[in-house]
Amino acid sequence: MSQQLTSKASIFLAGFIFAIGLGVSGMTSPAKVIAFLNLAGDWDPSLAFVMGGAIVVHGVLFRLITRRSAPLFARRFYIPTRRDLTPRLVIGSTMFGFGWAVGGYCPGPSVVSVVSLTPSALVFVAAMITGMYGFGLVETQLQHNRGMTTDSTGSPSH
Amino acid sequence: MENFTPVSATLGGALIGLAASLLLLTQGRVAGISGILAGAITPRSGEVGWRLTFIGGLLAGGLVLMLVWPASITASPVSLPLVALAGLLVGFGTRLGSGCTSGHGVCGLTRMSPRSGVAVCTFMAAGMLLASLVHGGA
Repeated sequence: MSQQLTSKASIFLAGFIFAIGLGVSGMTSPAKVIAFLNLAGDWDPSLAFVMGGAIVVHGVLFRLITRRSAPLFARRFYIPTRRDLTPRLVIGSTMFGFGWAVGGYCPGPSVVSVVSLTPSALVFVAAMITGMYGFGLVETQLQHNRGMTTDSTGSPSH
Repeated sequence: MENFTPVSATLGGALIGLAASLLLLTQGRVAGISGILAGAITPRSGEVGWRLTFIGGLLAGGLVLMLVWPASITASPVSLPLVALAGLLVGFGTRLGSGCTSGHGVCGLTRMSPRSGVAVCTFMAAGMLLASLVHGGA
């Protein structure tokens, strides 16, 4: 296999494993997500273990991988370096938390669920993409209105 | 708590951590799904190709889940208008806040980013507050 093909295959495999992990963990069950967030109901703390498992594995491997001077198929690592705490970060995360709580979907599981053709997954992903476009429009307008200094321009996002 | 599934949740989480590590090792990229998705639908960002490949992998994984374990993918219990509102909030909010459960939660917390720490505390608190108010007692 050529290096380019190996590189592409590795990206595809990463997405594939990510999706299987979401499915195995229970993240693609919106009712389970809601049962995790809803402290007033029959609380199911399972999904706290998803982040735990992910951080333990990625925590060890991240440190090993970033000892390299560069990744296998790219010139450099693209790791966010910003440390500033901004109102945007808090307001945006609040909006995300609210949306997550209402529907039981966060971005990854919603995309994985699209293949099931479940109407809720299709509607969610369409609305989410609309929201992302909407943000792009607002962002462009804000930049236009007050010059160039804004929060999320020019920095790598997650 | 009859639906408590810590073992499969930890195992699934470990796979997510492995996938994020594979993307970092090969491409040097952070596996933040909202960022990957937003970059893929914004052609001016220039690097659409790898993002579409990753999304293709996500969809292929979903397909295998559907075939092997169909019960793992279920519908949202709320009405479609509420799902649409939720989607708008998640789409706009993850861009404003520069990330979601994967980018801030998994990748950001792993490297102890202060921004991700604040983001995770915020979306967990907001999510738990609203879920408890909206969905409430069983």
